[in-house]
Amino acid sequence: MWPQIRAVAGRDLLRERRRGEVTWVTLPFGAIALLLIPLAIGTDAPTLRRIGAGLYWIVVLLFGVLVTVRRTAAEGPADRDLAHRLGIDPAASFSGRALANTSMLLVFQLVVGVVAVALYDLEISHWPWLIVVLPAAAAGLGMLGTLAGSIAAGQGGANLVPFLVAPLAVPLLLGATQALDAGLRSGGGILSWVLLMVLVDVLLAIVGVLTARPLQETL
Amino acid sequence: MTDQGAIATLSGVAVRMGGTAILRDLDFALDGGEVVGLFGGNGAGKTTLLRVLATLLRPSAGHVDVLGIDVTGDDRNLLRGRIGLIGHTPALYPELTLRENLQFAADVRGVSPSAMHDALGAVGLGAVADRRASACSYGMQRRTEFARELMLEPDLILLDEPHSALDSSAADLVGHLADGVAARGGAAVLVSHDRERVEKVVGRTVELIGGKLR
Repeated sequence: MWPQIRAVAGRDLLRERRRGEVTWVTLPFGAIALLLIPLAIGTDAPTLRRIGAGLYWIVVLLFGVLVTVRRTAAEGPADRDLAHRLGIDPAASFSGRALANTSMLLVFQLVVGVVAVALYDLEISHWPWLIVVLPAAAAGLGMLGTLAGSIAAGQGGANLVPFLVAPLAVPLLLGATQALDAGLRSGGGILSWVLLMVLVDVLLAIVGVLTARPLQETL
Repeated sequence: MTDQGAIATLSGVAVRMGGTAILRDLDFALDGGEVVGLFGGNGAGKTTLLRVLATLLRPSAGHVDVLGIDVTGDDRNLLRGRIGLIGHTPALYPELTLRENLQFAADVRGVSPSAMHDALGAVGLGAVADRRASACSYGMQRRTEFARELMLEPDLILLDEPHSALDSSAADLVGHLADGVAARGGAAVLVSHDRERVEKVVGRTVELIGGKLR
């Protein structure tokens, strides 16, 4: 199954590199969103520093899930037929797409993160935790977006996407915000939030792999 | 694939879409080594029949057995790498080059790079293989699809209007691909409006009229 996962992920990353959707559209808009928020709520530095982590994750969630959903749902019938006929295992297809989406989201998080640190004057005293927090959040959102995109690609499935994304995104967003917030201050209490994110990631991976075939069959 | 037994058997197959009967009580058998021409007017159900054979569409009723597997059952996924289909719309990723499109299929199916290289040469695309699919003509995209099927060596090949957009030098590819599959004990079905060209390639013809074979 691994060669198929690698092939699907490689294809998606190559297509994205050529299209530049994340690089030239999503990334600048994410940075602009972070820039606009202080204009709306005021430029009081202590306030921005206090809520900066939350704002950052909201931007990552909104833009990240949107781009991953769109990428999966925008696939045409000929693309889907080809995947069927090549005999790509649906679980491998899900895993490969999720892997590609996670990689893209990680880049998005890093770039937007630098912008957030610069704009909101965030001090990350316990930054090594980010090595775990950022990939855990990217993996969760990547899998969630892939799953939601597969549902959206089905007949009438697009209406269900907000109902699926919202409840599953809450623990991810909560875990990421709290972990980053704790990291900005003392570093204490991060572990429990990271574990929550990892738990959601594992749950999404199981759901994604188990539902990949039924979702493919409904197309 | 050397067994010359039944490649596909359809009995009492019906397909309904939006309340309209596309195929009705259809019986059809395809043996190993056969190349069959499928004719019919617009809307006769030719493409629908191909999609049923390709396991891309479940019939509303009846029984379909392809390469010994019931396509309505859970095992139909086992068939998918063994059936080739060239449809109306080229199934290529426009951002990727022709070579990268084939490379993806080769990676998924575990085909060697030399087989991919040979397939590109066989369809005359060796020199332009690094051009993006979006920058290629429809005819070149079709040739790439032929290369993919030559490379993957399916047991059943389904060709929907295969001569469409191919120039005369490339038209021989249709016969080459279909004959190659048949020679390995597989089978080919060619759907076309162009009877004259297809009848040169096939050994048997059938016609779909009103959702039934004649």
